[in-house]
Amino acid sequence: MAINSGDTAWILISSALVMLMTPGVALFYGGMVRRKNILSTMMMSFAILGMVGLLWVLYGYSLSFGADNGGVIGGLDFLGLRGVGQEPSAVYATTVPHLAYMIFQAMFAIITVALITGAVVERIKFSALLIFSALWLTFVYAPVAHWVWGSGGWLSRLGALDFAGGTVVHICAGMSALALSLVLGPRKGFGNGSAMEPNNIPIVALGAGLLWFGWFGFNAGSALTAGGLASSAFVATNTSAAAAAFTWMFLSWLYRRPTLLGTATGAVAGLVAITPAAGFVPPLAGIPIGIGAAVVCYYCMILRTKWRVDESLDVWAVHGMGGTWGALATGLFASAAVNSAGADGLFFGNALLLGKQLIGIVTVWAFAFGVSWVIAKVIDMLFGLRVSPAEETVGLDISQHGERAYGSLLR
Amino acid sequence: MKKIEAIIREEKLDAVRKALEKNGHFGMTISEVSGRGRQKGIPLQWRVGEYQVDFLPKLKLEMVIADKDVPDAVRLITENARSGEIGDGKIFIMPVEEIIRVRTGETGDNAV
Repeated sequence: MAINSGDTAWILISSALVMLMTPGVALFYGGMVRRKNILSTMMMSFAILGMVGLLWVLYGYSLSFGADNGGVIGGLDFLGLRGVGQEPSAVYATTVPHLAYMIFQAMFAIITVALITGAVVERIKFSALLIFSALWLTFVYAPVAHWVWGSGGWLSRLGALDFAGGTVVHICAGMSALALSLVLGPRKGFGNGSAMEPNNIPIVALGAGLLWFGWFGFNAGSALTAGGLASSAFVATNTSAAAAAFTWMFLSWLYRRPTLLGTATGAVAGLVAITPAAGFVPPLAGIPIGIGAAVVCYYCMILRTKWRVDESLDVWAVHGMGGTWGALATGLFASAAVNSAGADGLFFGNALLLGKQLIGIVTVWAFAFGVSWVIAKVIDMLFGLRVSPAEETVGLDISQHGERAYGSLLR
Repeated sequence: MKKIEAIIREEKLDAVRKALEKNGHFGMTISEVSGRGRQKGIPLQWRVGEYQVDFLPKLKLEMVIADKDVPDAVRLITENARSGEIGDGKIFIMPVEEIIRVRTGETGDNAV
Protein backbone atom coordinates (compact mmCIF):
# COMPACT_ATOMS: atom_id res chain seq x y z
CA MET A 1 0.00 0.00 0.00
CA ALA A 2 1.15 3.56 -0.63
CA ILE A 3 2.50 5.81 2.07
CA ASN A 4 -0.05 8.32 3.35
CA SER A 5 1.64 11.54 4.38
CA GLY A 6 -1.06 12.50 6.92
CA ASP A 7 -0.81 9.13 8.64
CA THR A 8 2.98 9.28 8.60
CA ALA A 9 3.06 12.75 10.13
CA TRP A 10 0.67 11.64 12.86
CA ILE A 11 2.61 8.49 13.72
CA LEU A 12 5.92 10.37 13.89
CA ILE A 13 4.39 13.06 16.10
CA SER A 14 2.73 10.39 18.24
CA SER A 15 6.07 8.64 18.65
CA ALA A 16 7.55 11.88 19.93
CA LEU A 17 4.56 12.35 22.27
CA VAL A 18 4.99 8.88 23.73
CA MET A 19 8.74 9.46 24.10
CA LEU A 20 7.97 12.48 26.31
CA MET A 21 5.95 10.27 28.65
CA THR A 22 9.08 8.58 30.00
CA PRO A 23 10.58 11.84 31.31
CA GLY A 24 7.02 12.36 32.57
CA VAL A 25 7.27 9.12 34.53
CA ALA A 26 10.66 10.28 35.85
CA LEU A 27 9.11 13.47 37.25
CA PHE A 28 5.92 11.76 38.44
CA TYR A 29 7.88 9.19 40.45
CA GLY A 30 10.79 11.48 41.30
CA GLY A 31 8.60 13.94 43.19
CA MET A 32 7.04 11.22 45.31
CA VAL A 33 10.19 9.84 46.92
CA ARG A 34 12.25 11.36 49.73
CA ARG A 35 14.62 14.13 48.68
CA LYS A 36 17.71 11.92 49.01
CA ASN A 37 16.39 9.62 46.27
CA ILE A 38 14.87 11.92 43.64
CA LEU A 39 17.81 11.69 41.25
CA SER A 40 18.13 7.92 41.46
CA THR A 41 14.39 7.60 40.83
CA MET A 42 14.52 9.86 37.77
CA MET A 43 17.76 8.27 36.60
CA MET A 44 16.04 4.90 36.26
CA SER A 45 13.71 6.29 33.59
CA PHE A 46 16.47 8.11 31.73
CA ALA A 47 18.79 5.08 31.78
CA ILE A 48 15.93 3.00 30.37
CA LEU A 49 15.41 5.59 27.61
CA GLY A 50 19.01 4.89 26.68
CA MET A 51 19.17 1.14 27.13
CA VAL A 52 15.79 0.06 25.75
CA GLY A 53 16.14 2.55 22.89
CA LEU A 54 19.17 0.51 21.81
CA LEU A 55 17.91 -2.99 22.58
CA TRP A 56 14.68 -2.33 20.71
CA VAL A 57 16.32 -1.52 17.36
CA LEU A 58 18.89 -4.31 17.80
CA TYR A 59 16.51 -7.19 18.58
CA GLY A 60 13.44 -6.15 20.61
CA TYR A 61 11.36 -5.12 17.64
CA SER A 62 12.16 -8.37 15.87
CA LEU A 63 11.16 -10.55 18.85
CA SER A 64 7.85 -8.71 19.12
CA PHE A 65 6.94 -8.13 15.49
CA GLY A 66 9.09 -10.53 13.47
CA ALA A 67 7.61 -13.53 11.63
CA ASP A 68 5.40 -15.53 13.99
CA ASN A 69 6.58 -18.69 15.74
CA GLY A 70 3.57 -20.64 16.97
CA GLY A 71 1.75 -17.50 18.14
CA VAL A 72 4.26 -17.13 20.97
CA ILE A 73 7.21 -15.02 19.81
CA GLY A 74 8.45 -13.17 16.74
CA GLY A 75 11.40 -14.40 14.68
CA LEU A 76 14.80 -12.86 14.15
CA ASP A 77 14.08 -11.60 10.64
CA PHE A 78 14.08 -7.93 11.73
CA LEU A 79 17.30 -8.27 13.74
CA GLY A 80 19.20 -4.97 13.58
CA LEU A 81 16.27 -3.52 11.60
CA ARG A 82 17.06 -5.73 8.60
CA GLY A 83 14.18 -5.25 6.16
CA VAL A 84 12.65 -2.44 8.21
CA GLY A 85 12.90 0.55 5.91
CA GLN A 86 11.17 3.51 4.37
CA GLU A 87 8.53 1.36 2.67
CA PRO A 88 5.49 0.30 4.68
CA SER A 89 5.33 -3.15 6.25
CA ALA A 90 2.98 -5.59 4.54
CA VAL A 91 1.06 -6.28 7.75
CA TYR A 92 1.58 -3.47 10.30
CA ALA A 93 0.37 0.11 9.75
CA THR A 94 0.43 -0.29 5.99
CA THR A 95 0.13 3.42 5.19
CA VAL A 96 3.26 4.61 7.00
CA PRO A 97 6.94 3.72 6.61
CA HIS A 98 7.87 0.57 8.51
CA LEU A 99 10.52 2.60 10.35
CA ALA A 100 7.83 4.95 11.69
CA TYR A 101 5.79 2.05 13.06
CA MET A 102 8.93 0.50 14.56
CA ILE A 103 9.93 3.68 16.43
CA PHE A 104 6.34 4.22 17.63
CA GLN A 105 6.51 0.73 19.16
CA ALA A 106 9.97 1.49 20.61
CA MET A 107 8.49 4.26 22.76
CA PHE A 108 5.90 1.84 24.19
CA ALA A 109 8.59 -0.65 25.15
CA ILE A 110 10.64 2.10 26.83
CA ILE A 111 7.83 3.50 28.95
CA THR A 112 6.60 0.06 29.99
CA VAL A 113 9.99 -0.80 31.45
CA ALA A 114 10.18 2.63 33.11
CA LEU A 115 6.77 2.19 34.76
CA ILE A 116 8.02 -0.80 36.77
CA THR A 117 10.69 1.27 38.50
CA GLY A 118 8.08 2.91 40.77
CA ALA A 119 7.86 -0.34 42.74
CA VAL A 120 11.50 -0.48 43.75
CA VAL A 121 12.61 3.10 44.33
CA GLU A 122 14.85 4.12 47.24
CA ARG A 123 16.55 0.71 47.70
CA ILE A 124 17.33 -1.15 44.45
CA LYS A 125 20.91 -1.35 43.26
CA PHE A 126 21.17 0.59 40.00
CA SER A 127 23.19 -2.09 38.20
CA ALA A 128 20.67 -4.75 39.24
CA LEU A 129 17.83 -2.62 37.89
CA LEU A 130 19.56 -2.37 34.50
CA ILE A 131 20.06 -6.13 34.31
CA PHE A 132 16.46 -6.75 35.33
CA SER A 133 15.19 -4.26 32.74
CA ALA A 134 17.12 -5.85 29.86
CA LEU A 135 16.01 -9.37 30.78
CA TRP A 136 12.44 -8.23 31.39
CA LEU A 137 12.22 -6.57 27.96
CA THR A 138 13.44 -9.79 26.38
CA PHE A 139 11.48 -12.40 28.31
CA VAL A 140 8.29 -10.59 29.32
CA TYR A 141 7.58 -7.57 27.15
CA ALA A 142 8.64 -8.95 23.77
CA PRO A 143 6.53 -12.14 24.01
CA VAL A 144 3.44 -10.40 25.40
CA ALA A 145 3.64 -7.66 22.75
CA HIS A 146 3.82 -10.44 20.16
CA TRP A 147 0.82 -12.30 21.62
CA VAL A 148 -1.37 -9.21 21.54
CA TRP A 149 -0.12 -7.11 18.60
CA GLY A 150 2.17 -9.36 16.57
CA SER A 151 0.80 -10.78 13.34
CA GLY A 152 -0.18 -14.34 14.30
CA GLY A 153 0.09 -13.74 18.06
CA TRP A 154 -2.23 -16.11 19.93
CA LEU A 155 -4.18 -13.48 21.88
CA SER A 156 -4.80 -11.42 18.76
CA ARG A 157 -5.98 -14.57 16.90
CA LEU A 158 -8.26 -15.34 19.85
CA GLY A 159 -9.87 -11.95 19.38
CA ALA A 160 -8.91 -10.35 22.71
CA LEU A 161 -8.88 -6.57 22.24
CA ASP A 162 -6.14 -4.25 23.42
CA PHE A 163 -6.15 -0.97 21.54
CA ALA A 164 -3.06 0.74 22.94
CA GLY A 165 -1.59 -1.51 25.59
CA GLY A 166 -3.83 -2.08 28.59
CA THR A 167 -2.56 -5.64 28.71
CA VAL A 168 0.84 -5.34 27.05
CA VAL A 169 1.91 -2.19 28.86
CA HIS A 170 -0.11 -1.73 32.05
CA ILE A 171 -1.06 -5.18 33.29
CA CYS A 172 2.40 -6.40 32.34
CA ALA A 173 4.18 -3.55 34.18
CA GLY A 174 1.86 -3.70 37.20
CA MET A 175 2.12 -7.43 37.86
CA SER A 176 5.87 -7.42 37.24
CA ALA A 177 6.30 -4.49 39.62
CA LEU A 178 4.52 -6.44 42.35
CA ALA A 179 6.72 -9.50 41.79
CA LEU A 180 9.95 -7.49 41.76
CA SER A 181 9.03 -5.57 44.93
CA LEU A 182 8.21 -8.82 46.76
CA VAL A 183 11.60 -10.30 45.94
CA LEU A 184 13.38 -7.04 46.75
CA GLY A 185 11.63 -6.45 50.09
CA PRO A 186 10.48 -3.24 51.76
CA ARG A 187 12.44 -0.05 52.34
CA LYS A 188 14.11 0.40 55.71
CA GLY A 189 11.57 1.88 58.07
CA PHE A 190 8.58 0.98 55.90
CA GLY A 191 5.45 0.43 57.97
CA ASN A 192 6.93 1.33 61.35
CA GLY A 193 5.77 4.92 61.41
CA SER A 194 8.77 6.41 59.68
CA ALA A 195 7.57 9.21 57.39
CA MET A 196 8.27 8.62 53.70
CA GLU A 197 7.50 12.18 52.71
CA PRO A 198 7.21 13.10 49.02
CA ASN A 199 9.92 15.68 48.31
CA ASN A 200 8.20 17.71 45.61
CA ILE A 201 4.53 17.43 44.72
CA PRO A 202 4.68 20.19 42.05
CA ILE A 203 7.11 17.92 40.16
CA VAL A 204 4.62 15.07 40.50
CA ALA A 205 1.91 17.28 38.98
CA LEU A 206 4.20 18.32 36.12
CA GLY A 207 4.97 14.65 35.43
CA ALA A 208 1.28 13.78 35.44
CA GLY A 209 0.68 16.66 33.03
CA LEU A 210 3.34 15.37 30.63
CA LEU A 211 1.86 11.88 30.89
CA TRP A 212 -1.65 13.16 30.10
CA PHE A 213 -0.25 15.14 27.11
CA GLY A 214 1.83 12.25 25.80
CA TRP A 215 -1.03 9.80 26.23
CA PHE A 216 -2.79 11.37 23.23
CA GLY A 217 0.04 9.97 21.12
CA PHE A 218 -0.16 6.68 22.96
CA ASN A 219 -3.88 6.13 22.43
CA ALA A 220 -4.91 8.27 19.46
CA GLY A 221 -1.63 7.36 17.76
CA SER A 222 -2.54 3.70 18.13
CA ALA A 223 -5.23 4.25 15.49
CA LEU A 224 -2.18 4.26 13.17
CA THR A 225 -4.12 6.54 10.83
CA ALA A 226 -4.85 10.26 11.09
CA GLY A 227 -8.62 10.26 10.87
CA GLY A 228 -11.89 9.56 12.60
CA LEU A 229 -10.68 6.65 14.70
CA ALA A 230 -7.76 8.67 16.07
CA SER A 231 -10.16 11.48 16.94
CA SER A 232 -12.55 9.09 18.68
CA ALA A 233 -9.72 7.57 20.72
CA PHE A 234 -8.43 11.07 21.56
CA VAL A 235 -11.80 12.17 22.98
CA ALA A 236 -12.30 8.91 24.88
CA THR A 237 -8.82 9.31 26.40
CA ASN A 238 -9.34 12.85 27.62
CA THR A 239 -12.83 12.05 28.92
CA SER A 240 -11.61 9.12 30.98
CA ALA A 241 -8.67 11.07 32.41
CA ALA A 242 -10.99 13.92 33.38
CA ALA A 243 -13.56 11.61 34.98
CA ALA A 244 -10.93 9.74 36.98
CA ALA A 245 -9.05 12.87 38.15
CA PHE A 246 -12.32 14.40 39.34
CA THR A 247 -13.46 11.18 41.03
CA TRP A 248 -10.16 10.71 42.90
CA MET A 249 -10.34 14.33 44.01
CA PHE A 250 -13.69 13.61 45.65
CA LEU A 251 -12.43 10.37 47.18
CA SER A 252 -9.63 12.23 48.94
CA TRP A 253 -12.09 14.97 49.87
CA LEU A 254 -14.35 12.39 51.49
CA TYR A 255 -11.33 11.22 53.45
CA ARG A 256 -10.21 14.74 54.49
CA ARG A 257 -9.17 17.28 51.87
CA PRO A 258 -8.99 17.26 48.05
CA THR A 259 -5.28 16.69 47.35
CA LEU A 260 -3.24 17.57 44.26
CA LEU A 261 -1.30 14.32 44.64
CA GLY A 262 -4.56 12.36 44.58
CA THR A 263 -6.02 14.27 41.64
CA ALA A 264 -2.85 13.80 39.58
CA THR A 265 -2.83 10.10 40.45
CA GLY A 266 -6.48 9.85 39.45
CA ALA A 267 -5.73 11.32 36.02
CA VAL A 268 -3.06 8.68 35.45
CA ALA A 269 -5.44 5.91 36.59
CA GLY A 270 -8.06 7.13 34.11
CA LEU A 271 -5.50 7.21 31.30
CA VAL A 272 -4.39 3.68 32.13
CA ALA A 273 -7.92 2.28 32.11
CA ILE A 274 -8.95 3.87 28.80
CA THR A 275 -5.79 2.60 27.07
CA PRO A 276 -7.07 -0.82 25.95
CA ALA A 277 -10.50 0.63 25.17
CA ALA A 278 -9.77 4.00 23.53
CA GLY A 279 -10.33 3.02 19.89
CA PHE A 280 -13.00 0.37 20.48
CA VAL A 281 -15.54 2.19 22.66
CA PRO A 282 -17.77 5.23 22.08
CA PRO A 283 -16.00 8.37 23.41
CA LEU A 284 -18.47 8.88 26.25
CA ALA A 285 -17.71 5.42 27.59
CA GLY A 286 -14.68 7.30 28.94
CA ILE A 287 -16.90 8.57 31.76
CA PRO A 288 -17.82 5.22 33.40
CA ILE A 289 -14.37 3.82 32.58
CA GLY A 290 -12.67 6.80 34.23
CA ILE A 291 -14.89 6.79 37.32
CA GLY A 292 -14.39 3.04 37.67
CA ALA A 293 -10.62 3.45 37.31
CA ALA A 294 -10.39 5.94 40.16
CA VAL A 295 -12.47 3.78 42.48
CA VAL A 296 -10.67 0.53 41.60
CA CYS A 297 -7.16 2.02 41.90
CA TYR A 298 -7.95 3.97 45.09
CA TYR A 299 -9.18 0.89 46.93
CA CYS A 300 -6.39 -1.30 45.51
CA MET A 301 -3.89 1.16 47.04
CA ILE A 302 -5.62 0.83 50.40
CA LEU A 303 -5.54 -2.95 49.99
CA ARG A 304 -1.83 -2.92 49.14
CA THR A 305 -1.16 -0.79 52.22
CA LYS A 306 -3.13 -3.26 54.36
CA TRP A 307 -1.05 -6.14 52.97
CA ARG A 308 1.98 -4.17 54.18
CA VAL A 309 3.70 -4.75 50.85
CA ASP A 310 6.16 -1.99 49.95
CA GLU A 311 5.29 -1.74 46.28
CA SER A 312 6.33 1.80 46.83
CA LEU A 313 4.61 3.95 44.22
CA ASP A 314 1.67 1.62 43.54
CA VAL A 315 2.46 0.44 40.03
CA TRP A 316 0.36 -2.65 40.72
CA ALA A 317 -2.65 -0.67 41.95
CA VAL A 318 -2.61 1.98 39.21
CA HIS A 319 -1.26 0.10 36.20
CA GLY A 320 -1.93 -3.54 37.03
CA MET A 321 -5.42 -3.11 38.41
CA GLY A 322 -6.29 -0.01 36.38
CA GLY A 323 -5.22 -1.94 33.28
CA THR A 324 -7.27 -4.92 34.37
CA TRP A 325 -10.37 -2.77 34.83
CA GLY A 326 -9.72 -1.19 31.41
CA ALA A 327 -9.40 -4.59 29.71
CA LEU A 328 -12.66 -5.76 31.33
CA ALA A 329 -14.36 -2.49 30.48
CA THR A 330 -13.33 -2.99 26.85
CA GLY A 331 -15.30 -6.24 26.98
CA LEU A 332 -18.28 -4.28 28.29
CA PHE A 333 -18.32 -1.06 26.26
CA ALA A 334 -16.71 -2.06 22.91
CA SER A 335 -18.81 -1.42 19.82
CA ALA A 336 -18.10 -2.61 16.29
CA ALA A 337 -19.78 0.58 15.09
CA VAL A 338 -16.84 2.58 16.49
CA ASN A 339 -14.14 0.39 14.97
CA SER A 340 -14.90 -2.34 12.45
CA ALA A 341 -11.65 -4.06 13.41
CA GLY A 342 -13.01 -4.40 16.95
CA ALA A 343 -16.06 -6.20 18.25
CA ASP A 344 -19.26 -5.65 20.22
CA GLY A 345 -18.96 -5.94 23.99
CA LEU A 346 -21.44 -7.16 26.59
CA PHE A 347 -23.50 -3.94 26.53
CA PHE A 348 -23.88 -4.36 22.77
CA GLY A 349 -25.09 -7.92 23.09
CA ASN A 350 -21.88 -9.94 22.89
CA ALA A 351 -20.83 -11.64 26.13
CA LEU A 352 -18.16 -13.67 24.33
CA LEU A 353 -15.76 -10.71 24.12
CA LEU A 354 -15.71 -10.40 27.91
CA GLY A 355 -14.60 -14.02 28.14
CA LYS A 356 -11.78 -13.41 25.67
CA GLN A 357 -10.69 -10.34 27.62
CA LEU A 358 -10.61 -12.43 30.80
CA ILE A 359 -8.39 -15.05 29.17
CA GLY A 360 -5.98 -12.31 28.11
CA ILE A 361 -5.97 -10.71 31.57
CA VAL A 362 -5.43 -13.89 33.56
CA THR A 363 -2.72 -15.23 31.26
CA VAL A 364 -0.75 -12.01 31.28
CA TRP A 365 -1.16 -11.65 35.07
CA ALA A 366 0.34 -15.06 35.62
CA PHE A 367 3.02 -14.84 32.94
CA ALA A 368 4.28 -11.36 33.86
CA PHE A 369 4.24 -12.05 37.60
CA GLY A 370 5.86 -15.48 37.28
CA VAL A 371 8.64 -14.63 34.85
CA SER A 372 9.46 -11.37 36.63
CA TRP A 373 9.68 -13.19 39.96
CA VAL A 374 12.11 -15.74 38.50
CA ILE A 375 14.27 -13.06 36.85
CA ALA A 376 14.38 -11.08 40.10
CA LYS A 377 15.30 -14.17 42.16
CA VAL A 378 18.11 -15.10 39.78
CA ILE A 379 19.57 -11.59 39.81
CA ASP A 380 19.28 -11.47 43.60
CA MET A 381 21.20 -14.75 43.95
CA LEU A 382 23.90 -13.85 41.43
CA PHE A 383 24.52 -10.14 42.10
CA GLY A 384 22.18 -8.97 44.88
CA LEU A 385 19.25 -6.67 44.18
CA ARG A 386 19.62 -4.27 47.08
CA VAL A 387 22.01 -1.57 48.08
CA SER A 388 23.66 -1.95 51.51
CA PRO A 389 21.77 -0.63 54.58
CA ALA A 390 24.27 2.22 54.89
CA GLU A 391 23.82 3.20 51.24
CA GLU A 392 20.07 3.10 51.69
CA THR A 393 20.22 5.39 54.72
CA VAL A 394 22.46 7.90 52.96
CA GLY A 395 20.18 7.82 49.94
CA LEU A 396 20.65 6.45 46.46
CA ASP A 397 21.44 9.82 44.89
CA ILE A 398 24.78 9.96 46.67
CA SER A 399 25.47 6.23 47.03
CA GLN A 400 24.55 5.10 43.51
CA HIS A 401 25.16 8.20 41.43
CA GLY A 402 27.49 10.50 43.37
CA GLU A 403 25.30 13.56 42.95
CA ARG A 404 22.58 15.39 44.82
CA ALA A 405 19.47 17.14 43.62
CA TYR A 406 19.63 20.38 45.55
CA GLY A 407 22.78 22.42 46.11
CA SER A 408 23.33 23.93 49.52
CA LEU A 409 23.76 27.61 50.27
CA LEU A 410 26.76 26.97 52.49
CA ARG A 411 28.89 24.42 50.64
CA MET B 1 20.70 42.38 78.41
CA LYS B 2 18.55 39.38 77.60
CA LYS B 3 18.13 37.15 74.61
CA ILE B 4 14.56 36.24 73.75
CA GLU B 5 14.12 33.11 71.71
CA ALA B 6 10.53 32.54 70.66
CA ILE B 7 9.20 29.57 68.72
CA ILE B 8 6.06 30.74 66.95
CA ARG B 9 3.61 29.72 64.25
CA GLU B 10 4.62 30.69 60.71
CA GLU B 11 1.35 32.49 60.13
CA LYS B 12 1.78 34.65 63.27
CA LEU B 13 5.06 36.28 62.21
CA ASP B 14 3.48 39.30 60.57
CA ALA B 15 1.35 40.18 63.59
CA VAL B 16 4.26 39.67 66.01
CA ARG B 17 6.68 41.74 63.93
CA LYS B 18 4.22 44.62 63.52
CA ALA B 19 3.41 44.74 67.23
CA LEU B 20 7.09 44.68 68.24
CA GLU B 21 7.93 47.35 65.69
CA LYS B 22 5.13 49.62 66.92
CA ASN B 23 6.67 49.60 70.41
CA GLY B 24 10.17 50.29 69.13
CA HIS B 25 11.63 46.77 69.07
CA PHE B 26 13.16 46.70 65.59
CA GLY B 27 15.97 44.16 65.59
CA MET B 28 15.28 40.48 65.23
CA THR B 29 16.49 37.36 63.44
CA ILE B 30 14.10 34.78 62.00
CA SER B 31 14.89 31.22 61.06
CA GLU B 32 12.78 28.41 59.70
CA VAL B 33 12.93 25.50 62.11
CA SER B 34 11.25 22.13 62.55
CA GLY B 35 10.03 21.04 65.92
CA ARG B 36 7.46 19.26 67.99
CA GLY B 37 5.73 19.56 71.30
CA ARG B 38 3.21 17.36 73.04
CA GLN B 39 1.18 16.90 69.85
CA LYS B 40 4.09 14.96 68.30
CA GLY B 41 3.73 16.10 64.70
CA ILE B 42 0.78 16.04 62.31
CA PRO B 43 -0.69 13.69 59.71
CA LEU B 44 -0.49 14.76 56.03
CA GLN B 45 -2.37 13.13 53.16
CA TRP B 46 -0.80 10.64 50.74
CA ARG B 47 -2.50 9.32 47.59
CA VAL B 48 -4.71 7.29 49.87
CA GLY B 49 -4.77 7.71 53.62
CA GLU B 50 -2.13 9.73 55.39
CA TYR B 51 1.35 9.64 56.86
CA GLN B 52 2.73 11.15 60.04
CA VAL B 53 5.12 14.08 59.85
CA ASP B 54 7.15 14.00 63.06
CA PHE B 55 8.30 17.62 63.08
CA LEU B 56 6.25 20.67 62.21
CA PRO B 57 7.53 23.76 60.47
CA LYS B 58 7.83 26.66 62.91
CA LEU B 59 9.68 29.96 63.02
CA LYS B 60 12.31 30.85 65.58
CA LEU B 61 12.46 34.55 66.42
CA GLU B 62 15.59 35.72 68.22
CA MET B 63 16.15 39.19 69.63
CA VAL B 64 18.55 40.66 72.16
CA ILE B 65 17.16 43.59 74.18
CA ALA B 66 17.79 45.63 77.31
CA ASP B 67 16.50 44.10 80.57
CA LYS B 68 13.85 46.83 80.99
CA ASP B 69 12.29 46.02 77.62
CA VAL B 70 11.84 42.32 78.31
CA PRO B 71 8.35 42.36 79.90
CA ASP B 72 6.95 44.49 77.06
CA ALA B 73 8.45 42.31 74.32
CA VAL B 74 7.28 39.11 75.97
CA ARG B 75 3.75 40.48 76.36
CA LEU B 76 3.62 41.53 72.69
CA ILE B 77 4.89 38.17 71.45
CA THR B 78 2.53 36.22 73.69
CA GLU B 79 -0.51 38.26 72.73
CA ASN B 80 0.17 38.23 69.01
CA ALA B 81 1.44 34.68 68.55
CA ARG B 82 -1.45 33.10 70.42
CA SER B 83 -4.21 31.18 68.65
CA GLY B 84 -5.36 29.24 71.69
CA GLU B 85 -4.80 25.92 69.91
CA ILE B 86 -2.11 23.42 70.78
CA GLY B 87 1.16 24.31 69.03
CA ASP B 88 1.38 28.04 69.75
CA GLY B 89 5.05 27.70 70.71
CA LYS B 90 7.24 28.82 73.60
CA ILE B 91 9.41 31.73 74.66
CA PHE B 92 12.84 31.27 76.24
CA ILE B 93 14.72 34.09 77.97
CA MET B 94 18.43 33.93 78.72
CA PRO B 95 21.11 36.31 79.94
CA VAL B 96 23.54 37.83 77.45
CA GLU B 97 27.10 38.55 78.58
CA GLU B 98 28.03 41.10 75.95
CA ILE B 99 26.92 42.65 72.68
CA ILE B 100 29.29 44.21 70.17
CA ARG B 101 28.06 46.14 67.14
CA VAL B 102 30.39 45.08 64.33
CA ARG B 103 30.28 48.36 62.41
CA THR B 104 31.25 50.68 65.28
CA GLY B 105 32.60 48.48 68.01
CA GLU B 106 30.00 49.85 70.47
CA THR B 107 29.20 47.49 73.33
CA GLY B 108 26.54 46.81 75.96
CA ASP B 109 23.17 48.60 75.94
CA ASN B 110 24.48 51.02 73.29
CA ALA B 111 24.75 48.13 70.89
CA VAL B 112 21.24 46.79 71.47
